[in-house]
Amino acid sequence: MQILVVLEHDGESLRAGSLSAIQFARQLAQQQDGQLHALLLGHDCQPLIEQARQYAPLLVASHPQLAYPLADRQAKVIADVVRNQQATVVIAASSTFSKDVVGRAAGLLGGCMASDVVSHRWHDDQLLLKRPMYAGAILATVRLHGTPSIITVRATAYPAAEQLAAAADVETVTVDEARLPRGTEFEQLDSKPSHRPDVTEASVVVSGGRAIHNSDDFEQLVGGLADCLGAATGSSRALVDAGITPNALQVGQTGKIVSPQLYLALGISGAVQHLAGMKNSRIIAAVNTDPHAPIFEVADYGLVADLYEVVPEMIDKLSNHNA
Amino acid sequence: MKILVPTKRVPDTDQRIRVREDGRDIDDSNLPFVINPFDAIALEEAIRIAEQGSDVEVVAVGIGSDLYEQELRTALALGASRALLVETDTPQQLDSWNVACLLDAVVAREQPQLVLMGKQAVDDDANQAGQFLAARLGWPQATFASKIEFVGSQIRVARETDAGIETILVSQPAVITTDLRLNEPRYASLPSILKARHKTIERILASELGVIIEPRIELVEMETVSSERSCQMLDNLDQLVTQILEHAGGPASDAP
Repeated sequence: MQILVVLEHDGESLRAGSLSAIQFARQLAQQQDGQLHALLLGHDCQPLIEQARQYAPLLVASHPQLAYPLADRQAKVIADVVRNQQATVVIAASSTFSKDVVGRAAGLLGGCMASDVVSHRWHDDQLLLKRPMYAGAILATVRLHGTPSIITVRATAYPAAEQLAAAADVETVTVDEARLPRGTEFEQLDSKPSHRPDVTEASVVVSGGRAIHNSDDFEQLVGGLADCLGAATGSSRALVDAGITPNALQVGQTGKIVSPQLYLALGISGAVQHLAGMKNSRIIAAVNTDPHAPIFEVADYGLVADLYEVVPEMIDKLSNHNA
Repeated sequence: MKILVPTKRVPDTDQRIRVREDGRDIDDSNLPFVINPFDAIALEEAIRIAEQGSDVEVVAVGIGSDLYEQELRTALALGASRALLVETDTPQQLDSWNVACLLDAVVAREQPQLVLMGKQAVDDDANQAGQFLAARLGWPQATFASKIEFVGSQIRVARETDAGIETILVSQPAVITTDLRLNEPRYASLPSILKARHKTIERILASELGVIIEPRIELVEMETVSSERSCQMLDNLDQLVTQILEHAGGPASDAP
C-alpha cells in the first residue's frame, strides 16, 4: 500500500488537521505494511518544508502558480503525483481546502472518495470507514471500490501525529507550468486575524447564538468569557446569517466541526445542524432562557438564565479566579 | 446563456431521521421531501441571473425515479425555464461519482456555459459532486460561493473558506457550488405552482446517455446516533463557574 497525505498550510505553518491526517495514514501504513509520503504544495515554502519533514518523507511541489490553493491547478499536480507514486490511498484532513482541491483531484482519479471519516476498521483485508450523514444523525459504514481511494478524515477523530526521531527525506516534484490549467485566478483573501485560538483547535470553545443582539455584545460577552478561559469563540449559523459574526466562526453541519474538552453554548437553542458540529465535545455546558431548548438534550450541564445577566458576572468571577 | 442547475431530492432537514430495521438505508416512509436547500440557493441565483440578463435559460435537472417530478415542478414554479429528469432504475441512491458522470453527459447534450449547484446535499453530506463534475469536464470550479458577479467574460466568486472569504475569477464555462449566504430563496406563488402543473418535464433514460453506473462507495450499514446526555440542571451561576473551572483544563478531546 502506497499512501500519500496531502498537507494543508496557511503559507507559514501546517494546519493542525494535517497532523491528524498523518496519524490516520500511519495507522493504515502500520496495519497493512504500507509506505507513507506527504505532499506539500505551494511556493517559497522552506520553513514549511522543515516543519513537514519532521512527520513523513516529503514531496514538494513548489511553483509560483501554486502559491494559492486554486483547485484546478493544485488538483492537477496532486493527481500527477498520485499516478507517479502509484499511490493507492490518498489522505487529507477534512476542511474547505480538501473538499475543494482534493475533491477535484479525486474527480481526476476516478471519484473513489469518502469524506469526513471519523473512524476505520479492517474486515477481511477490506477497509471499512465510518462517516456521518444527515447532519450527523446517522453514522454510515462504507467501503470504497476502486483505486486510488481518497479519504478525508475529521481532525477531531484522530490525534495529532508525533514527530519522527529524525527529519525525513525531501524530494522535489517537477511542475510543468505549460500543463497547468489556467481557468482560475486568485484575487484576494479576506481573513480576520484573531488573537484567539482557532475554533477547531482549541480545548475550550465559547459559542454564542441567536440570543445575542449585535457584534459588540458578541465581542464583549462571548469574546470576554473566551478570553478569561484562553478559549476560542464560535457561533451558531443564525449569527453568521445576521452578519453579527464572520462565517469562519460558524460551528455546525456546514461550518466547522469541533470537539473540545469544554463547549460552552450561550443563547444557542440547538438546531440539528448546529449540534452536528459540536455534539462530540467532551463536556457541553449550556445557558439558555428556554428550559425546553434542544441544546439541553445534548448538554452535560445546563443553566436556565439570560446570558446578558449571567455572563458579565461569570467574567468577573473567572477573572478574579485567574488573578 | 444557458445555466444548468442540478437539484437533488432530499428528506426535509427538520425531520428526525431513523435507520431502517435492516440497517441498509434510512426509513423514508412518511418523510416529506424537498429540493436540497443548497440546490435551492443555486436555483434562486440562476433565476436572479436570468431576471437581470436577457436571453438566459435556466435548466433544472433531476436524477432518479418518477418521484423527482414533484421537485422539478417546484423548480419550474420558482422560475426555471425547463426541467429535465434523468431516469435511473437503480434502487439505491447514486453516489457523487455516478451523479457527476450523468451530469457530464447532460452537459454534453445541453452545452451550458455555467453549472450552478449546491455545495453539498444534506442527506449524504458528501460535498463532492460539483468538484467531480468540474474535474471531468476540465472546467474551472468555484466552490462554496457566497457572491457571484459577472465581469466581462469571467465570473468573480467570493468563496467561504476556513481561512476567510477568498475571491477568485473563473473563466467560462465553469462549475460553481453555492454556500448558505449567497441568497435567500423565494417561495413559489400559487398561480405559478398551478401553471407549473401543466408544463412538460423532459425525460431521458440514464442508459440513453451511455453512462455505466458503477458505484464507487458502498453503504455497508447505517446506525442512528444518539447524542442525548443526561443534563444536570444547575441552580445558579456559581455552580456553572465551578463546572467550567473543573473542565476547562487539559488537552483537547480526541474522541470521534
